Amino acid sequence: MADSGNRTSTVYHDAARNLAAKITLDGVDVFYGQKQAVHSVAMQIPDRSVTAFIGPSGCGKSTILRTINRMNETIDIARTFGSIRIDGEEINSKEVDPVLLRARVGMVFQKPNPFPKSIFDNVAYGPRIHGLATSKTELSDIVETSLRKAGLWDEVADRLDQPGNGLSGGQQQRLVIARAIAVSPEVILMDEPCSALDPIATARIEELIDELRENYCIVIVTHSMAQAARVSQMTAFFHMGDLVEYGPTEDIFTNPHQSRTQDYITGRFG
Amino acid sequence: MNTKPPSHTVRAYADELTALSDELARMGGLCERQVGDCIAAVVRRDPAVASAVVEGDQKVDAMETAIERRVIRILALRQPMASDLRASISAYRISGDLERVGDLAKNIAHRTHELNKSEPLDLTRSVERMGKLVVANLHRCLNAFSTGSADECLAVCRGDEEVDEHYNSLFRELLSFMIEDPKTITACAHLLFVAKNLERIGDHTTNIAEMIHYQLTGTEWRRELPHDPTSMA
Amino acid sequence: MTDRTDIRAMVQARLAKRYRAEGRFRIFGILAIIAAISVLALLIGSIASQSLSAFRVNELTRSITLDANRVDPAGDRSEASLRRGAYNGLMQDALRAEFPSVENRGDLRQLFGLYTPLNSARLQNRVLADPSLVGQTIDFTFPISDDADRYLQGLTTTSQEMAPGGAATVSATTGEVRITADTDVFSPIVADIRETLIARASQLENRASRYEARATATVSAEAAEGLGREAAQARSEATSLRELAAPAGESVNMSPDLPSRLVRINGGVVQIDRISDGGRTAEGRVLVALDHTSTSQDWSIWTLDIPQSARRILDSQIVWTETLRERGRVVERFNTYLFTNADSREPELAGVLGAIIGTALTMLVTMLLAVPVGVATAVYLEEFAPKNRLTGFIEVNINNLAAVPSIVFGLLGLAVFISLFGMPRSAPLVGGMVLALMTLPTVIITSRAALKAVPPSIREAALGVGASRLQTVVHHVLPLAAPGILTGSIIGLAQAMGETAPLLMIGMVAFVADAPSLSLGGLTEPATVMPVQIFLWSDGAERAFEPRTAAAILILLALMIGFNAVAVFLRRRFERRW
Repeated sequence: MADSGNRTSTVYHDAARNLAAKITLDGVDVFYGQKQAVHSVAMQIPDRSVTAFIGPSGCGKSTILRTINRMNETIDIARTFGSIRIDGEEINSKEVDPVLLRARVGMVFQKPNPFPKSIFDNVAYGPRIHGLATSKTELSDIVETSLRKAGLWDEVADRLDQPGNGLSGGQQQRLVIARAIAVSPEVILMDEPCSALDPIATARIEELIDELRENYCIVIVTHSMAQAARVSQMTAFFHMGDLVEYGPTEDIFTNPHQSRTQDYITGRFG
Repeated sequence: MNTKPPSHTVRAYADELTALSDELARMGGLCERQVGDCIAAVVRRDPAVASAVVEGDQKVDAMETAIERRVIRILALRQPMASDLRASISAYRISGDLERVGDLAKNIAHRTHELNKSEPLDLTRSVERMGKLVVANLHRCLNAFSTGSADECLAVCRGDEEVDEHYNSLFRELLSFMIEDPKTITACAHLLFVAKNLERIGDHTTNIAEMIHYQLTGTEWRRELPHDPTSMA
Repeated sequence: MTDRTDIRAMVQARLAKRYRAEGRFRIFGILAIIAAISVLALLIGSIASQSLSAFRVNELTRSITLDANRVDPAGDRSEASLRRGAYNGLMQDALRAEFPSVENRGDLRQLFGLYTPLNSARLQNRVLADPSLVGQTIDFTFPISDDADRYLQGLTTTSQEMAPGGAATVSATTGEVRITADTDVFSPIVADIRETLIARASQLENRASRYEARATATVSAEAAEGLGREAAQARSEATSLRELAAPAGESVNMSPDLPSRLVRINGGVVQIDRISDGGRTAEGRVLVALDHTSTSQDWSIWTLDIPQSARRILDSQIVWTETLRERGRVVERFNTYLFTNADSREPELAGVLGAIIGTALTMLVTMLLAVPVGVATAVYLEEFAPKNRLTGFIEVNINNLAAVPSIVFGLLGLAVFISLFGMPRSAPLVGGMVLALMTLPTVIITSRAALKAVPPSIREAALGVGASRLQTVVHHVLPLAAPGILTGSIIGLAQAMGETAPLLMIGMVAFVADAPSLSLGGLTEPATVMPVQIFLWSDGAERAFEPRTAAAILILLALMIGFNAVAVFLRRRFERRW
């Protein structure tokens, strides 16, 4: 892992090294124009578990998250360097089609953003454009399965043709998760998914994440350390574009190795 | 509590809390058995049972460590609130008290070996009665935990008064016995320590009952000890 | 450190001033709105009041016998034969039947001046449509001439009718007659005439003395001579007028410069030419035949205040028109010709149908060209194009093009479409293309604004699910931007509908008598559009075109309001769906 000048090197807990990684980042740098937002991040993210990215505002955690599905490319001045491998395949290269990548890596955003279509069409959109269903019944099955997995089926089964944005905030976020699951991704990225929701809705989403992690690799960016503590198995702490510390969640929150981590977690700064 | 409250939205959290209280119940059951066994060892003058109690105390200590770890984990990762917070804190303190109970049982078991070197004493009957009271109280306390009854906790505390009275009368009897027959001083002294340990177990039991009461009601309740100047407690 | 109460006092002190300023602002706002509304009301009100007479038309209904010999010369009911029929002759006969006393050629020409021969084309079309009518007698309704129509609507002259009382006898029922009254009932007329003549004479004398004064004052000899001549001429006129007015004269002649006088007696009308015998006798000619010559107590003198020389319609024509109305042959109805006919030289037959069809065809072309190209351009510039100097340059130019005067686009159309590509002049196709060029910048700019207004979270959501950029735009962004794009396009099109200058440049200013057909072929036929039609009519010679211009303006405004109403409705519908 490259050390650039006077930047402190990352502290990896033992459990964070050499695990069976689903996603591997190596030497990832991200520039916005001339400004470097992410410095040489290297980490291994395990499959079938939840990895949390925490850190103060502007530390680059969302940027790093978005490199995994190459959403940074929608910003003109963003450039990503370094190696990002999913299951050993390099995805940060021109030969890899971002459209295909985003069918493997789903994303849930901070503010629930269902399409202004019906609930059914929201969930069915992904499978439709990727051609995952050959008949209407298959499509309906996919929609039902996704809504069940997202824990929304019981609430909306009788009104699938109503517009998606008529639901409450928490339901909308679950709808968005159903939409992401509908294309059967391997990885689900979540960028502060509960920051716009009330505590009950947040708890339901966290329960959903707990259920989903049996089948997906989930990476979640969160402002709330409490949420990271509740939901994740591995936690990575970022600060000013560097990965400061990375390890199992319980260790990070009971006994972090880096003083910067300790200061952030205990609320002494950030 | 008759109606079951709604369970936690996040199942894993609910599972962690349940595991904690289950382990605590198991530890309580183990301690109860230890105390019962150590009294039996004294009464039947059985060295094998005594050794088993001594070894069994390791398990008690291990369970205490495990429960401590669980509580720290819950506090760090779940930020429990209200009843969950009280449950976690109480679990932490109850495990400490239970570990002391285990240690006291182990000490009683040690004393058995010494007692066996002397002749059996009649007053052992009294000790047995006291021991049975203590075990019954401990049992009632653990029941209060598993059934969640605050009234049972109060009963436990009242029950300990009887234990204290028993100790006081046993103390006086042993004293007079020792004065009458100086040859029995060694055995009586050991028996006195056994009685003392039992009384201590009773006190820990009331501590546990207080914690359980706090966990259930949220109010601290320090019972006012009508301090008897003549007692040696 | 100022005290809390001091601060409060300061705030309180200024509070009243602030509220007053707010009150003043409110009042200015309300006044501005009232001013705008009243100006608008004034404008529309004045146009509407001007246009009223165009919406009513007086129609004459005659029963016409379609004599087979005259209608179908070849006798075979073929189209070629029917087209050669003498329809106007039939109409003339029908009118003569109404006034059999009119015989000489001059009078007949005046009588036939009550309608335009173009109406015979309508009669011909009716027969062509149904050849079985040949030989039958049908009722044919057609509008009377615009002059007669204006008279009947009271726009030409005021008139008075006065019953002088007493008895009057007429010498004959037709031709030149003499009316003798038992008292000098005609004297007031004579006095009136004399007064008018003397007034005019003194006016002329004043003018003459002015000229003479200027003649002496001026330097050049030629000017003095010219002025002197004018003065002399004026004087001689004045003298002759005074002679006419001289009371010594036994009789007074009516002249076209004086208000016309007529006598209604015994069911007929006589036009007075002379008054003599001290105001007892009037001589004139019969315009409408009398029923009998017996003495009548029940007769009246009818005065037309505007002299004949000052108006287009003759006395005889006024009398005939009035009579036709009294007989019920002429009825005033709503002017449907305004909506069902194309343009015509005769105002009574002129309508806006051709212009409306022309506008519809032109707008169709404009819409089909401007909207898809404009929206696609906006989508490309907004969603796909990289943000570099080239795109910035393009954007600046588009904004500039939106401000270019529309007539420049007309010149472009003339130079490129008509001269270079050789497309037909005055065709809706070319007009539509020119207007499309003009509307394109507006559509692009409003569409871009609508696209910008779509929140980026939708795009991110679509991209996150794995949609390609084109799918994101077409499936998600465009539907959300549709209301804004629609509104912008319709605003641009409504603007284009009212444009005149560029269409004048490409020649859509010709007089087009036939409406273009509402079909694909109609795109290349010569046509005109509503604004140009208004422009042409405002130039029209006949007075009757004035109210029609105002009416056409109202129709155009109604079209535009309707257009915008459709826009509002569509926008609401789109918004509700999402």
